Amino acid sequence: MPRLSYRRALTRALADEMTRDESVFLLGEDIRVAAANVTTGLLKKFGPDRVLDTPLSEQAFTSFATGAALAGARPVIEFQIPSLLFLVFEQIVNHAHKFPLMTGGQCAVPVTYLVPGSGSRTGWAGQHSDHPYGLFAHVGVTTVVPATPADAYGLLVSAIRCDDPVVVFAPAGALDARADVTDLAPVPLGRGVVRRPGADVTVVAVGHLVHDALAVAEELAGQVSVEVFDPRTLYPFDWDGLLDSVSRTGRLVVVDDSNRSCGIAGEIIATVVERVPLAAPPRRVTRPDGAVLPFAPALDRAVQPGRDQLTAAIQLTCKDG
Amino acid sequence: MTGPDPVRLYRTVRLIRRFEERAIELVDAGEIVGGIHPYLGQEGVAAGVCAALAAGDLVTGTHRGHGHVLAKGADPARMLAELCGRVTGLNRGRGGSMHAADFGVGVLGANAIVGAAGAILTGAVWARRRRGDDVVGATFFGDGAVNEGMLLEAFNLAALWRVPVLFVCENNGYATTMPVEGAVAGTIAGRAAAFGMPATAVDGQDPEQVRAVTAAAVARMRAGGGPELVEARTYRFDAHHTFEHRVRLDYRPPEEVAAARLRDPVLIQGDRLPAEVRAAVDAEVEATLTAAVDFALAGPAPDPATALDHLYASGLTARTGGG
Ligand SMILES: Cc1ncc(C[n+]2csc(CCOP(=O)(O)OP(=O)(O)O)c2C)c(N)n1
Ligand SMILES: [Mg+2]
Repeated sequence: MPRLSYRRALTRALADEMTRDESVFLLGEDIRVAAANVTTGLLKKFGPDRVLDTPLSEQAFTSFATGAALAGARPVIEFQIPSLLFLVFEQIVNHAHKFPLMTGGQCAVPVTYLVPGSGSRTGWAGQHSDHPYGLFAHVGVTTVVPATPADAYGLLVSAIRCDDPVVVFAPAGALDARADVTDLAPVPLGRGVVRRPGADVTVVAVGHLVHDALAVAEELAGQVSVEVFDPRTLYPFDWDGLLDSVSRTGRLVVVDDSNRSCGIAGEIIATVVERVPLAAPPRRVTRPDGAVLPFAPALDRAVQPGRDQLTAAIQLTCKDG
Repeated sequence: MTGPDPVRLYRTVRLIRRFEERAIELVDAGEIVGGIHPYLGQEGVAAGVCAALAAGDLVTGTHRGHGHVLAKGADPARMLAELCGRVTGLNRGRGGSMHAADFGVGVLGANAIVGAAGAILTGAVWARRRRGDDVVGATFFGDGAVNEGMLLEAFNLAALWRVPVLFVCENNGYATTMPVEGAVAGTIAGRAAAFGMPATAVDGQDPEQVRAVTAAAVARMRAGGGPELVEARTYRFDAHHTFEHRVRLDYRPPEEVAAARLRDPVLIQGDRLPAEVRAAVDAEVEATLTAAVDFALAGPAPDPATALDHLYASGLTARTGGG
């Protein structure tokens, strides 16, 4: 069976969609030489008209993509660093996202914003280590955070085919994942998956933290039976899938690498407690409020959700109630 | 051509050169995590510009910022400790290579977002002058930044409100792998002209020329003139970022790199000094850097319990992220 890396899964998704659909094209910084090692080989295969290196003009090229989408193209933009999404928040939220409604349904804006290496890449410090997926879920832009190579492929394909703007976060902590992949297939947006069945507590883990949650679940296997739920898409969220899980386990812990206040973990917990009676108070492990990642590696780690914190949260939740 | 203090100018370029070489060794040794954007080859720009500024003047730098911070007078030992993530660093290990700052010597920070620092410096200089301080500023940015709207908006504000900021474009021919010709419509000087700002092109490999051009611009600004732009033509001798030492990106012909290396700012300035003076400076720089490396590696790493220190200046404490 071929081993597929997360990065190559993204490359395959781009290549397959560009082959399938002439209207798909790529733009971004240093993508022709594939500096981020995602667009590797695509210039050669598809030519310079479909793989565009841009000047450093993120706000302009993000709205350029919106315009191209209004005119029938399906642009995919690669961003070099996650924090660039702050720079183009206006272009995505106030334009791309709003055009269909504002124009009374006259248009669609099928743009994909791909961020390979979101979150901390250890050592890139304050302005390059953010994980702002919660912001996009908050404003209601379709937001996916694939954890595995198969999902990286399948969700990127679905993002490109989607008629709305979609932000694809490929967490730095997941980029080195490799898996045996037999068949690559689109993964539907808005559908989560149970990564590990369990009976005592549901752990919702986002992106690369799915791998941490699985490791913790394995470590705790003798004491507590942990179900790991990977939502895959944060907006729209697979509430039915999650509620089904929590209805069985009666306990909930969320681990999420974004800021605590108004973060996706808070939304997940609120929605669950509105709908399902829990046996114990739910818990969340997140970045702190207002997190800025300090440079020094030990500080960088201390600000991100860790396995120890997750273990403690699971144990507390299972002890309570 | 030599200016008022050729020895000092040589010391600065030599210091930056050797600092970067030592820093790359520390990257390779795993002591500097995350790598650096080496300033090698561009030393003449930071050294020349900062030699024409007064101690109280302000600067902002870039992701390729070590040279700016050092040339403005930061302590190399504390700078190196910062790169190593130690509490003894300029930013107490919180900033690292791309955020190194030393307000004590007028460095309001390197900045990791291309094109973002020009407006920050414009506001800072404006506010200081409003208080009656006779300061000017210099903000460094690359050729890639001239295509960022926020920098062009800063040109407009500075020109409109006549804020004495020197916009220093370090044109090293590339933004990562993107050549200037592939990215810049019109010219860099033309962007200044559009806002009514004088622009001067200078050979960035010659520290004396950079100093002289900057000194003239600073004199005009201190006499009440508005902002100006200097386009320093330079070349990056090494990688965009040290990750390129491991992953080869094919975008500069090797002959081009070899030819550019022949115009080395350290040699150009060094050749202006008597051999024994130059040797003495070299020895002094070596001693400074040996001590700096020792200082950096001896500094303690920060305690993880302090990870959120300095998050809020108001004293607000953030909720932590644990369960
Ligand atoms: C707004 C923004 N876009 C992209 C990046 C990623 N990036 C960092 S340095 C760089 C190239 C900058 O080129 P230039 O301004 O010419 O400076 P140089 O690296 O050549 O010194 C890029 C694209 C960034 N940090 N900020
Ligand atoms: Mg450049």
